[in-house]
Amino acid sequence: MSRGTAIDLCYLVAAIGFIIALKGLSSPRHARTGNLVAAAGMALAIGATFARTGLGHIGLIVIAMVIGVAIGVPAARLVKMTAMPQMVAAFNGVGGGAAAVVSITEFLGSDPKTLATYKVLEVIFGVLVGSVSLSGSALAFAKLQEMMSTRPITYPAQQVINGIVGLTILGFVLTILVTSSTLLLWILLGLSLVLGVIFVLPIGGADVPVLISLLNSFTGLAVAASGFTLDSNVLVVAGTLVGASGMLLTRMMSVAMGRSLPNILFSAFGSVVTASGSTEGEGGRSVRAGTPEDIGTLLAYSRRVVIVPGYGLAVAQAQHTAKELADTLLAKGVEVFYAIHPVAGRMPGHMNVLLAEANVPYEELKEMDEANPEMPATDVALVVGANDTVNPAARDTPGSPIYGMPIINADEAQHVVFLKRSMRPGFAGIDNALLYDPKTTMLFGDAKDTLQKLVAAVKKA
Amino acid sequence: MTNGLLELFTIFVLAAFVGYEVISKVPSILHTPLMSGSNAIHGVILVGSMVVMGSAHTGAEETLGFIAVILATLNVVGGFVVTDRMLNMFRSRQPDRPGGGDQAEQTDRGQS
Repeated sequence: MSRGTAIDLCYLVAAIGFIIALKGLSSPRHARTGNLVAAAGMALAIGATFARTGLGHIGLIVIAMVIGVAIGVPAARLVKMTAMPQMVAAFNGVGGGAAAVVSITEFLGSDPKTLATYKVLEVIFGVLVGSVSLSGSALAFAKLQEMMSTRPITYPAQQVINGIVGLTILGFVLTILVTSSTLLLWILLGLSLVLGVIFVLPIGGADVPVLISLLNSFTGLAVAASGFTLDSNVLVVAGTLVGASGMLLTRMMSVAMGRSLPNILFSAFGSVVTASGSTEGEGGRSVRAGTPEDIGTLLAYSRRVVIVPGYGLAVAQAQHTAKELADTLLAKGVEVFYAIHPVAGRMPGHMNVLLAEANVPYEELKEMDEANPEMPATDVALVVGANDTVNPAARDTPGSPIYGMPIINADEAQHVVFLKRSMRPGFAGIDNALLYDPKTTMLFGDAKDTLQKLVAAVKKA
Repeated sequence: MTNGLLELFTIFVLAAFVGYEVISKVPSILHTPLMSGSNAIHGVILVGSMVVMGSAHTGAEETLGFIAVILATLNVVGGFVVTDRMLNMFRSRQPDRPGGGDQAEQTDRGQS
């Protein structure tokens, strides 16, 4: 067996590993094994690549890899669980960037005059999609990190500008196909970066997770395109696997949020009206603010309390204090459970991860469908740093941007208590009528701080 | 159209079907880890980056290849480490295993 065949066999094994990994990652029992199988497949593929005949610059490759590991491992290890979504965005973006650079470098290394048209097309696709994924992910990162407004950003003639950029790119693609011009390819790369930005700008913060999943799928396709350019089976297989499964995952995520994908990607253009319409109501209605003592007494003498955690709990790192409050209430004979919205936190499943970190027992966690029928028989719904996921507008107001999203029916409990930093609207940037409901009491402040006060108050009551 | 292209295209089409079929009915709590895991898998672009870097002739190609290897390595290691951390959180909350963190972690090791 020649060395080349042996290397190709290693790539085949790696590709099988990736398929098994995806299968494993989609079931709770085998998820962790799946990830390890993928990592092993990756190690095999990388090792085999080192054995290629004629691979030069091995020293430089190793140095570059060491730099990547030196940045990537600490970044991935030290990041807080609350910041996971933006880390996924960041790592996805660099992957897209790498795919674009690989395509363009391979183009530089070959003689453009003799290059077949389909080869040029492969390069263009890799550069275009990889760059969109890079700049789109960077912007998604900035939105999640709250380095910029999480609201959809719209400006006059947005659709016209998008159309112009799109047509310009199409023009460049056709010209490059005919001329094989390197300079135009660089300009195309720049334009694609712009396209990624204007594509993401109008997408609201709450929808960013779905967007990241879509960009993840894009990066997979860019990798597959690079695989075509390099005649590499393993790149085509792995890239396409991610591209196809990523598309499906994106659709499943948007279904979990009760939205269609086009609605998520393009709905911001209409939402400006709704946002301005909702602000006028704010001044007219009054809210009731309570003291920790009032609420502590209310909780201590309830029969059943549900805690509805949201991103505010995660930001305040209050999952441990929430558990302490639950334990204190349990000790008083109060029945306590957590109602977890599928997209609580910032990504589907994010809240489960955070509460698992605080060792909240599995039996106390109830998924939304399981929790909602229990709401009318619940005395107090304690909403900790959540807002959009309990907003009745999603159920009752057809014009609302979140209309159709399944919610936790906190409003059906006898009393509702909101622990919130301020009256500011939630991540989706829309008003919540439940805050003004007569049975609602507000307790303003940092979630961890107010929860601690509640623990003390419950103990005294 | 050459035979090589047709071969790659065949692989592409089959892989697309496999990718679509292999994940079915993912519970919503696993959406995030699955996204993160597949994010790590497209880090396989590292193999492409190494090939490009390994056959670089000019300074420009070397520089670009070097950047590509760094970016792709970030994608691979970051992707796998983040996914592993996420999934690690789930392990301590298996339904049949209530109890504290340290204790749960020990039973984890015992089971695996």
